Amino acid sequence: MSKLKTLFQNKDKNLCSVFFTSGFPNLNDTTSIIEKLGSNGVDFIEVGLPYSDPMADGPTIQHSSSVALTNGINLDIIFEQLKTIKDSNNTPLLLMGYLNQVLKYGDEKFCMQCVACGIDTVILPDLPMIEYETKYKALFAKYGISNVFLITPQTSEKRIRTIDAMTEAFIYVVASASITGAKGEISEQQIAYFERIKAMNLKSKLIVGFGISSKETFNTVCQYVNGAIIGSAFVKFLDSKGVEKTDDFVKSIIG
Amino acid sequence: MKSQFQVDENGYYGQFGGAFIPELLFPNVQELEDNYLQIIESEEFQKEYKYLLKDYVGRPTPLYLAPRLSEKYGGTIYLKREDLNHTGAHKVNNTIGQILIAKKLGKKRIIAETGAGQHGVATATVCALMNIDCVVFMGEVDIERQAPNVARMKMLGATVVPATSGSKTLKDATNEAIRDWIGNPEDTYYLIGSVVGPHPYPDMVGRLQAIISEEMKWQLKEKTGKENPDTVIACVGGGSNAAGAFYHYLDEKDVDLIAVEAAGLGVFSGESAATSQLGEVGVLHGSKTILMQDEYGQVVEPYSISAGLDYPGIGPLHAYLNESSRAIFMNATDQEALDAAYELTKLEGIIPALESAHAMAVLGKMEIKNDQVIIVNLSGRGDKDLETYIKHLKD
Repeated sequence: MSKLKTLFQNKDKNLCSVFFTSGFPNLNDTTSIIEKLGSNGVDFIEVGLPYSDPMADGPTIQHSSSVALTNGINLDIIFEQLKTIKDSNNTPLLLMGYLNQVLKYGDEKFCMQCVACGIDTVILPDLPMIEYETKYKALFAKYGISNVFLITPQTSEKRIRTIDAMTEAFIYVVASASITGAKGEISEQQIAYFERIKAMNLKSKLIVGFGISSKETFNTVCQYVNGAIIGSAFVKFLDSKGVEKTDDFVKSIIG
Repeated sequence: MKSQFQVDENGYYGQFGGAFIPELLFPNVQELEDNYLQIIESEEFQKEYKYLLKDYVGRPTPLYLAPRLSEKYGGTIYLKREDLNHTGAHKVNNTIGQILIAKKLGKKRIIAETGAGQHGVATATVCALMNIDCVVFMGEVDIERQAPNVARMKMLGATVVPATSGSKTLKDATNEAIRDWIGNPEDTYYLIGSVVGPHPYPDMVGRLQAIISEEMKWQLKEKTGKENPDTVIACVGGGSNAAGAFYHYLDEKDVDLIAVEAAGLGVFSGESAATSQLGEVGVLHGSKTILMQDEYGQVVEPYSISAGLDYPGIGPLHAYLNESSRAIFMNATDQEALDAAYELTKLEGIIPALESAHAMAVLGKMEIKNDQVIIVNLSGRGDKDLETYIKHLKD
């Protein structure tokens, strides 16, 4: 059974996930960031695959991607880095990237590399549901990989139900109709949105992302959903404080 | 039977097209897809669109028989004078149409991307006309090299936002516009300037530019009695003027369609924007097309002297026209385009936009028969490029 599914069976509250950009701040920081996040109690980790044109990411993550690419990061290096910790790392990992990276690398080769690294969940924000169903579902199933779909305050109830039915890992609940980036607080409208989704009694776990930046915002959203993902806030922290201080960051959220 | 060159029910031209968009944009794109055809085909829209094209834009644009050009290259060469449109290029055909669609959808704010600034100016113009807020995203590099157009947009009341990421050019301006749209999904309409982006944009922009070949058809018949020319030539960055110039000839197999890309310093020099030569299948700005990318799918920065042609992809229709060999893809270097611009100016007294000069430049590379009838789509005028022309001018 996948690490992520095992995690979800054992824990369904206050799930804490952190996103980071591989190859940032330095080319070879990937494995040490994963180790530090995992040993400090982060439940699962999103490994960002830097892309030249990340249209669903905000300035912080785009900047980190650009630095990582300048550092020389690429998919082959990322997979090699992840293979070195396959046996030692117990924290479930997800890959988050853009469809063109997968297309160019080769759909099947990408899946095989995921398997070789012990990864069974991916987030490709520009892979739409219809393309997934017609072109990727069978391929991903062949390699035991599941795809995470996003929903937003504008997603219709009917579409949320369809996504719920197709979901194996969790639904990524976009906190606001906005690109990623720490905003600092959770609004009443957002809470109303979380309550509306919660009331739908979906089978999938709900993890909120976008705008989660502090202990306060993390705790607030966890009252309504199963957990939350911190992205830009951590990338910004890495940029200013460095990888060594990762412990402090995690403690500031869930300590 | 439906033409193979029209978009299919899933938004594809062959294997190209589709709507590869984050879920965050799904409702916006769906709303447009559900409504655009009905709006465009409505009598109300057609009446206002045609009225504005006539009395505001100045259409129909002339189909001009270029006598000295014909004498030099042989055959009969006509120029479709899109350069005479209000705001100086074909771009306004599309912005007039889309602003009417945006109004019909009840949108309160328009965003757009621009490279050379022609689409930005055409968008700012129709927003002034319709009294709608306008924000134009433009690469920081382009803002510097196209200062007059930036000033025009500001004078028209638009806010120009610099795109400071990546290469700071058209592709980055497009990324910024998409981000803004994600952040403002309800009141904002994204007015895309070319036949790129997620379905239905390529089809919608193609339909709005189709007025170019619609006029060519009756104008040529009026002048020569012929139904069709032998050849239609247009430059391709994203490909909107070419889509418009080709539109009504796509199923007329006896008409050769020639798309001209910017080869920069040479197709294989590393400084080029000849996507059909250098690109591979991939996803860019919401559609599957051919694009310039490295071995890991990272988008490669294109180069051309022309800010309107340095786009790393081409519209999905053009990717299909290339793959199916319905269109012939040629290219012209910076120098060839400059030479063609100087030549057109001297022979016919017309200063073309640098983009259009690329289309002119292939006349010298073709074997033209005496009875061949050629239409070159002169997509824009050269006012914006004067600085470049002066800089490169040899006595």
